[in-house]
Amino acid sequence: MQNEIMFAGFGGQGILLIGKILAHAAMEEGNEVAWIPSYGPEMRGGTAYCTVVIGDRPIGSPIIKNPRHLIAMNRPSLEKFAPDVKPGGVILINTSLIPVDSGRTDVDELKVATVDIAKEVGNVRAANIVALSAFVARSGVVTMDGLRHCVEVEFSKKPKLIPLNMKAVDAGEKVAKKTS
Amino acid sequence: MGKVLMKGNEAIGEAAIRAGCLNYFAYPITPQSEVAEYLTKRMPEVGGVFLQGESEVAVAYMIFGAAGAGERVFTTSSSPGISLMSEGISYIAGAQCPAVFVNIMRGGPGLGGILPSQADYNQATKGIGHGDCRMLVMAPASVQEAVEMVMNAFPLAEKYRNPVMILGDGLIGQMMEPVEFPDHLKTEPSNKDDWASNGMDHRKRSERNLVRSLFLDPTALNDNNLQLKAKYDQMKKEEVRSESYNSDTDYKVLIVSYGTMSRVCRTAIDALKEEGIDVAMVRPQTVFPFPEQAVRDAAQKESCKQVISIEMSMGQMVEDVERSVRGGKPVHWFGKCGGDVPTPEEVVDVVKSLIN
Repeated sequence: MQNEIMFAGFGGQGILLIGKILAHAAMEEGNEVAWIPSYGPEMRGGTAYCTVVIGDRPIGSPIIKNPRHLIAMNRPSLEKFAPDVKPGGVILINTSLIPVDSGRTDVDELKVATVDIAKEVGNVRAANIVALSAFVARSGVVTMDGLRHCVEVEFSKKPKLIPLNMKAVDAGEKVAKKTS
Repeated sequence: MGKVLMKGNEAIGEAAIRAGCLNYFAYPITPQSEVAEYLTKRMPEVGGVFLQGESEVAVAYMIFGAAGAGERVFTTSSSPGISLMSEGISYIAGAQCPAVFVNIMRGGPGLGGILPSQADYNQATKGIGHGDCRMLVMAPASVQEAVEMVMNAFPLAEKYRNPVMILGDGLIGQMMEPVEFPDHLKTEPSNKDDWASNGMDHRKRSERNLVRSLFLDPTALNDNNLQLKAKYDQMKKEEVRSESYNSDTDYKVLIVSYGTMSRVCRTAIDALKEEGIDVAMVRPQTVFPFPEQAVRDAAQKESCKQVISIEMSMGQMVEDVERSVRGGKPVHWFGKCGGDVPTPEEVVDVVKSLIN
């Protein structure tokens, strides 16, 4: 069994970071993982995406054409990658920036106003954590406890940010349940 | 220390430290600059040195200096940077000094691009510098394997008193995977008092050691080349490493592939198996010396009708595969060279086209 999750958005939205937190949580739960960034001459405001592959045996190809799930944080990412998602997967749409649907009827579309929710919990910069948490709550690729632990570890060098990000995790979990 | 999630480039830096290498000279270039970034912080913590050269040409000679003094030393770079180091590597090989070079390959020729590539295959395995010089070249397919190969590279460089290269593609450097670090190497560079210019105070021998690649006397130069050749022949006997996949089946096609590309092929082989088509793979872990025997044996299996080299270069490895197969079976090539790594689906299609 293998799960592939694509995270996509603008540079600066914390796309690579939430991919890393998910990969870490999956590793801690005993899975094989690979985190593959798109790397290029990119800058803040450019595109950023990464793929996390989670499996129960060593990961083969790190190149994934059809991911199982997609977290789309901006409109170009949704339009570019939504057609590639495998049927039955989750497509998270960041409705704070994306006014359209995925156009797919064979996937689980999860709409989350990540920016608005992050503002409510205290800081717009936690929008990525809101998205990650909502995705994990809906897809179950790792446990919520595992996710919380790894968010804490990620911010362990800036402990002041932990309460904010924990609130973001709670809010993301809540919205995933509400809209299911 | 359990498993940690680490980027290939950072893991390579940590592996060198754990191999007891406290000298790192480099010049930044994508896609491997994170090694320097990591070691900027890490080297001072362990009492080591990271010094950035003014160019890769300078770096190669900083390596030569440290290696000639008997110190463990390494550098990392990417394709155009390695080209600039090539003169120095030839000097280091000629002077018979141990050193480790990591090449995280990007697309070429020229400035090319910054995405993954394997297009320095011939340079690494056959033409790293002028003169009859060669390196032992290992090609990792995962972050874990990169760590193990880097840690093995130092003792091997010292065993042969010759440069050793780790040849990875951009993805090996950029990808994060769980790694478990082996224990620190305890060995010191052995017998360096016999050859290194490391000072005479502590030595028993009173003769001075001369580190040089200049031999104006033709007999002496020929002797030096014979010594080098003997080492390369010994590498061919003792250091060949490869791994087979799905080779206990009646496969019709044999893939030869290494590095990240071999992982794509592994996924393709699994997909083909589900359709009832068996394909085997030999994955060279050393590309010089090349696993000739393993490829020849696998190609000779009666069920095997076709052999294909799949690489992110324009057929450079085909020559080694053909040389190994020795005309027994047709040898084909598939690859891409712009930085887009071929997908498993593309590999499946190519293999099917060979069968039908």
